[in-house]
Amino acid sequence: MIEVLYFAWVRERIGLPRERLDTQATTVAELVAELSAREERYALAFSDLSSLRVALDQELSSFDAPLAGVREVAFFPPMTGG
Amino acid sequence: MRLSVQAQAFDPGAETTAFTKTATGAGAVVTFTGLVRDNGGTLSAMEIEHYPGMTERAIATIMDQAVARWSLVDALVIHRHGRLAGGEPIMMVATAAPHRADAFAAAEFLMDYLKSRAPFWKKELGPDGATWVAAKDADEDALSRW
Repeated sequence: MIEVLYFAWVRERIGLPRERLDTQATTVAELVAELSAREERYALAFSDLSSLRVALDQELSSFDAPLAGVREVAFFPPMTGG
Repeated sequence: MRLSVQAQAFDPGAETTAFTKTATGAGAVVTFTGLVRDNGGTLSAMEIEHYPGMTERAIATIMDQAVARWSLVDALVIHRHGRLAGGEPIMMVATAAPHRADAFAAAEFLMDYLKSRAPFWKKELGPDGATWVAAKDADEDALSRW
């Protein structure tokens, strides 16, 4: 099981702040493809990966990163702190 | 070193006084306070979302780098989340070092990294509804100078 979190407009588009998933995906990209195939709202949220960032266990990562051993995946737009 | 991610308001003056008092051995203290821009009076509120857990980890990592690179005596980061009104302080950074050049550089470094590496997202509420603030290419480019 993996915990998937969504923030900002990604959360609004998908309509959920977080969910627990049983997935066979071995990389972030595979997880994105799996989610996008599920429902239109996911496909919309993930339609332009260049406008998204991903964190694995609370560390910024990349879409080609492996998911082995990862407990928490978060998807969000580029950060706007400060 | 102190880091606080909080919903409640803070007083930048009181924070600066407290930070300065305990900065033993420092010859320079630099502070920066970021305010909510009211966009010419059209902003009704700003909402700041964050990623609890990752936010603290990301800021602590950035602070550790700043302290090591500029031999800081002390550093402080306060960043708010939740709903804020125009003109309110959003965040502040303070750095203390033996000499001012290091304190200034470290404060700028902390600001540049907080902008695009700490997981906060700003949403502006105005007359045309709610809009997520888009990240600027310039903010990402600013990291290359470090």
